[in-house]
Amino acid sequence: MASTDLAVLTEGLRKRYGDKTALDGCDLAVRAGTVHGVLGPNGAGKTTAVRVLSTLLRPDGGTARVAGLDVVRQAAEVRRVIGLVGQHAAVDEQLSGRQNLEMFGRLYHLGARAARARAGELLERFRLADTGRKPVSQYSGGMRRRLDLAAGLILAPRVLFLDEPTTGLDPRSRNEVWEAVTELRQGGATVLLTTQYLEEADRLADDVSVIDDGKVVARGTPAELKSRVGADRVDVVVRRAADLPAAAAALARVAGAGPDVDPETRTAGAPVRDRITALSELLRTLDAEGVEVEDVELRRPTLDEVFLALTGHAAGKAARGGATGVAGAAPAGGGRTAGRGAPGGSDEKEARV
Amino acid sequence: MTTRLEALPGSRLKWAVADGWTITRRDLVHWANHPVQLIVGLLFPIMILLMFGYLFGGAMKVPGGGDYREFLVPGVLALSMMFGIEATFTAVSTDVSRGVTDRFRSMPMAGSAVVVGRCVADMINAALTLAALVLAGLAMGWGWHRGIGPAFAAFGLLLLLRLAMLWVGIHLGLVLRSPESVMALQILVWPVGFLSNVFAPPETMPGWLGTVVEWNPMSATVTAIRELFGNPGWGGDSWMAQHSLLMAVVWPVLMVALFFPLSVRRYRRLSR
Ligand SMILES: Nc1ncnc2c1ncn2[C@@H]1O[C@H](COP(=O)(O)OP(=O)(O)OP(=O)(O)O)[C@@H](O)[C@H]1O
Ligand SMILES: [Mg+2]
Repeated sequence: MASTDLAVLTEGLRKRYGDKTALDGCDLAVRAGTVHGVLGPNGAGKTTAVRVLSTLLRPDGGTARVAGLDVVRQAAEVRRVIGLVGQHAAVDEQLSGRQNLEMFGRLYHLGARAARARAGELLERFRLADTGRKPVSQYSGGMRRRLDLAAGLILAPRVLFLDEPTTGLDPRSRNEVWEAVTELRQGGATVLLTTQYLEEADRLADDVSVIDDGKVVARGTPAELKSRVGADRVDVVVRRAADLPAAAAALARVAGAGPDVDPETRTAGAPVRDRITALSELLRTLDAEGVEVEDVELRRPTLDEVFLALTGHAAGKAARGGATGVAGAAPAGGGRTAGRGAPGGSDEKEARV
Repeated sequence: MTTRLEALPGSRLKWAVADGWTITRRDLVHWANHPVQLIVGLLFPIMILLMFGYLFGGAMKVPGGGDYREFLVPGVLALSMMFGIEATFTAVSTDVSRGVTDRFRSMPMAGSAVVVGRCVADMINAALTLAALVLAGLAMGWGWHRGIGPAFAAFGLLLLLRLAMLWVGIHLGLVLRSPESVMALQILVWPVGFLSNVFAPPETMPGWLGTVVEWNPMSATVTAIRELFGNPGWGGDSWMAQHSLLMAVVWPVLMVALFFPLSVRRYRRLSR
């Protein structure tokens, strides 16, 4: 890929805070005009990466380019083409929404009239027009977040950085953020968004980089990442909890990797290669052993499971965020290097799909 | 999207001025949005003036004679400049902790604007504070007796003290980064404010305490402006009292010379 097609390119990016390494040779490549999801658990280094890319933080090593511009040497130029929406709403609490947007507009060097018009447009678009005159200190969390996003869009940036844009939002506000991202992409902008929600990356991103401990551990489209873990998964729910070990053993015989067992839901699940053969063989075995089956499900893996397979541990908030329960069922002591990799596949540190 | 989103052209200097003004205006809009806050801020030093002037004033004697309220007003003027540090600190640390400073830093605006805007807004506020206090003082029978020239020199010294406090406040705001720690700052600022010659002359204190009080930078300003206004209580034989005019310039300039570079360094270190 020619480097001009890349809106963001980082090579060997390093950043330490004291003796804590936040970025440890992070390589990101974002194609221009796409939405790129950076997926990682708490403390993976997502915010640090965004802060380096938006010129707020100087890296200790490696290079980073945004729209072809070096974020250290050409910081001023970079600031002209980016928009930043940080993890926490960064707006002036004592100003109204409108006053905030007008002020930021002026600081982006729009004329007075253009700044006012732009503020009006953005307030409309994010359902803030009615409350545009109230001070932000009276806004709800969702309204603040939307105002923050609006502030990041004032200049219609070529590259927009969104750091966990929907964390803590109600479903309606979340949908609005998603719509805004989709619209921006249609308008030709590039969006890099970080998230702990696998569903969000799946839904919005053209490409995903999975990061863990400051490194990219996998990259590809959401579909590619899914297929890396295994084509399909089988979940068996047994009627009696006592049958769970037997079910797990039966699964292990047809599965590409050890089954996950969740005693609470009496479920054993595992990735399989050939869905039909595996399923019929599994049911035959269970029948022969007298295991009563309540339910069997054949499905594509969720990104939670992808994450688990790629990094050896569950994604930070996924279990708490309520995506699927499977990540939470990871065996204790699985360790990050334990080979919970793709069936038959290697468990290499970094996989290019 | 209908609005044309092109940045206007202009030289660096033009934008440094324009951006600094935009940030200044942000504070003016704060005042317009929350006038009560502004008014309370202006009334607070007036309250101290009234309290000490009328509540305790009757029991106070100025050495060498003279009206206590004439003695008190210059002290409270300086005290109000000193307390300005809290406003600067709160504004700076709030912006840093809320991420507003980071948003500014990610924008193509002049890097100096944040500080220039803070400076201008706080100095306007200081001028308003002085004006309100002067009116209250005049109503209490205080006045300047050496003409308008020395009086303006005195106001200049007061604003210089505020400028020094401004840079100390900016630095502390960047170091502590949380508006909540203004409490800790108050615990520091109040004793410094009272360990001065604002309310009582150092001659009336035990020797060692009088010396501490005379070396308090604020005391130099107070003595100097008492002299410039022709108000009682500025005499004294100590070196500090003899050279108060000089020291009222030297102390603030020293503080700016120390805290300006420290603040710049701290600001740069936000990117580390
Ligand atoms: N200013 C700092 N000083 C010291 N350590 C820091 C600082 N900022 C981040 N870290 C550490 O660096 C690592 C990466 O942090 P970062 O904020 O980039 O993670 P993140 O992926 O954004 O996490 P989260 O999902 O919680 O926002 C973490 O271990 C964090 O504790
Ligand atoms: Mg983060």
